[in-house]
Amino acid sequence: MNSLKSQGFAPVVSHRKKDGSEWTVKEKLMLGLSPKEYMAVQLRNPFNWVLWAIYAVGLPILVGRFIFGLGWVTHSSYDYPWGLFLGWGLFVMVPLSASGFMMGTTVELFGRKDFKSIERLGLLNGLLGYLFAVMFLQVDLGQPWRLIYPMFVSLGPAAVLFLVAWHVATYLSCQVAELVPAFAEWMDFPKAKQFIKKIVLGLTVAGIILSTLHQGALGALFTYAPGKVHPLWYSSSFQWFQFFVSAVFAGLSMLIVVSTLTKWFMRWRCDETYLNNLSKLTLGLAKGASLALITYLVIKIIGIAHDNDWQYLASGWGAWFMFEMVVGVILPLIIYTMAVRNSNASLARFGAFLAVFGLALNRLNTALITFNWQLYQEIPHWREVVIVVTVYATYIVVYRAVLARMPILYTWKENK
Amino acid sequence: MKKLHRRSFLKGGLAGGAAIAAVGTSKHAEAAGSFGGYPDSMGVLVDLTKCVGCRTCEAACNKEQGLPAPDKSFDDPSVFEEKREGGLPRRTTEKAYTVVQKYDVPGREHPLFRKVQCNHCNEPACLTSCFVNAYKKTPEGAVMYDPTVCVGCRTCMIACPFYIPAYSYSSAINPVVKKCIMCYDTRLKFGKPPACVEACPQEVMTFGKRKDLLKLAHQRISEKPEAYVDHVYGENEVGGTAWMYLSDVPFDKIGYDTHLGDQPIISYVKEFLAIVPMVLTIWPALFTGFHLLSNRKDALKNEDNKS
Repeated sequence: MNSLKSQGFAPVVSHRKKDGSEWTVKEKLMLGLSPKEYMAVQLRNPFNWVLWAIYAVGLPILVGRFIFGLGWVTHSSYDYPWGLFLGWGLFVMVPLSASGFMMGTTVELFGRKDFKSIERLGLLNGLLGYLFAVMFLQVDLGQPWRLIYPMFVSLGPAAVLFLVAWHVATYLSCQVAELVPAFAEWMDFPKAKQFIKKIVLGLTVAGIILSTLHQGALGALFTYAPGKVHPLWYSSSFQWFQFFVSAVFAGLSMLIVVSTLTKWFMRWRCDETYLNNLSKLTLGLAKGASLALITYLVIKIIGIAHDNDWQYLASGWGAWFMFEMVVGVILPLIIYTMAVRNSNASLARFGAFLAVFGLALNRLNTALITFNWQLYQEIPHWREVVIVVTVYATYIVVYRAVLARMPILYTWKENK
Repeated sequence: MKKLHRRSFLKGGLAGGAAIAAVGTSKHAEAAGSFGGYPDSMGVLVDLTKCVGCRTCEAACNKEQGLPAPDKSFDDPSVFEEKREGGLPRRTTEKAYTVVQKYDVPGREHPLFRKVQCNHCNEPACLTSCFVNAYKKTPEGAVMYDPTVCVGCRTCMIACPFYIPAYSYSSAINPVVKKCIMCYDTRLKFGKPPACVEACPQEVMTFGKRKDLLKLAHQRISEKPEAYVDHVYGENEVGGTAWMYLSDVPFDKIGYDTHLGDQPIISYVKEFLAIVPMVLTIWPALFTGFHLLSNRKDALKNEDNKS
């Protein structure tokens, strides 16, 4: 698509074509290309070849999981009831999707309109991350068709997961509402956009509350397993706060990562406002992320001091912990700070990749790698890995499809 | 910037706040306080010094609960040498709600045999972690599980400090948690001891009221202090359990986790549960306040324009 654009192709940015006639929905879905051109573009893209390869292997296995059961795709471990589906799909994806509430807060609540051009990308990153976290959950649940049981059939309101379920469900609808304006512009439903504008502050505050609690609750889920999670990754008092604060820098860093990817691979879809502001906004996000990183670092140290876990630092697990903290927290913190001081957006982007890696490592360490540290190490079944890759690939496909169409990376030109 | 009218701002804020309040307020009321167990609940005292590893209890359990036939017969001693992953001894599975483990203890004349099954905690971690309320602690002492509401999130298996609940992963249509229910619906409910207790030829297990069993346990220790370590496992562990154990070998040498502490598992979660209502009540005002502060200049400008 980038090469098409350099040859003079103009992507859809308003309801009318150059000649003044209106785009049909079908034409909008085809990105303003003819069906033949559209197919040619799809076939030419080497990334699509990779996706087809993933689906060729992954789809049959995904279908097999629902025919033959979880036992066919996992090691059916009683000691490790949670594997990669939740370890990656829930515990890593949800904090990386905290960008939605962060950007809502920045723009709508704190009135930082200068972040407007990246706000929708933050919201979309949030919505899709949560949506696919639910998809991963549906793959992992023994009886996915009972997903609504905690809401309507049999309520266990004292459980942390009850809070997660309700909050993720409510927050998903919240995020859908926050993205209605983008959809409304694209589909030409001005009334829907007006309505959301009226309630946007309520939605944003609701987003902050729900995010604080469910990001924290994901951490609190592990407080049910005091003897199983390694003490360096466990803190009865601060687990929820550690998970929440790390979600803040993770969401912001993920937004930097995604915006960098769009700048590289979807440049054709970005408008001038977005591209021209991106470096400045990246540094703004980096500044916010570095504040969250230092907060996180301090509360991690306080957590260790509070439970007096210092002696574990000298063990092998301690070295692993130090690796996570140095590469995933301290290094990004230093890089972000240098980037902000020298106004170097490329450096901030590098820091963002590290911070995202650090977050993912922390969640996998808590949920899988150091879990049952006194028993043995569980290596996920290969089919489990294939399914995770397949579902994640679908996440990327949907993400890319929305970005290519709706006004996320560009501003919609209203018809006069 | 769109001018935000005070009225529409309030409406939006109230709607959001009300939505959250409706979802969240009464949520964690049940988590408050601690529960010491039903006063007349039943329990079982297991005297490990008496167990000879005949596995009659396993066979009785299998029959009573209608479980599938085992891979190896119940009189095959080779199961004791089986190791699960990590070189660990056999554990409860979806086909076996109770298993006997063998420990070769240096200096002890015979190997020590240990029966493993659900300990039926006074304040069970599985119960408090379940978001569909599938678990129930009956006044008789059993921890029951309702497979008809279970979603299969397996948090109970994460939460159980004794690694007891198993899951029928092999079923695609109706996978459920599998664990000992102390023979509640066939025996305990009618005041009868669980099948394994009744079947034991060595009288390893004593069934009775938990408070009486505690007295009995301490009496045995004080009568023969040289025959037992001075610890009734399960008296205080994670808030106390219905099944309790006496041993002549220190418990940490025979696979018991002696670092669980005396607090029920839910007490480690309460610090988070306590902040939930705080966030729900404080955040709306705090953050709308932030909004008013950060938009103060614009608001002042609007006032000036009007006057």
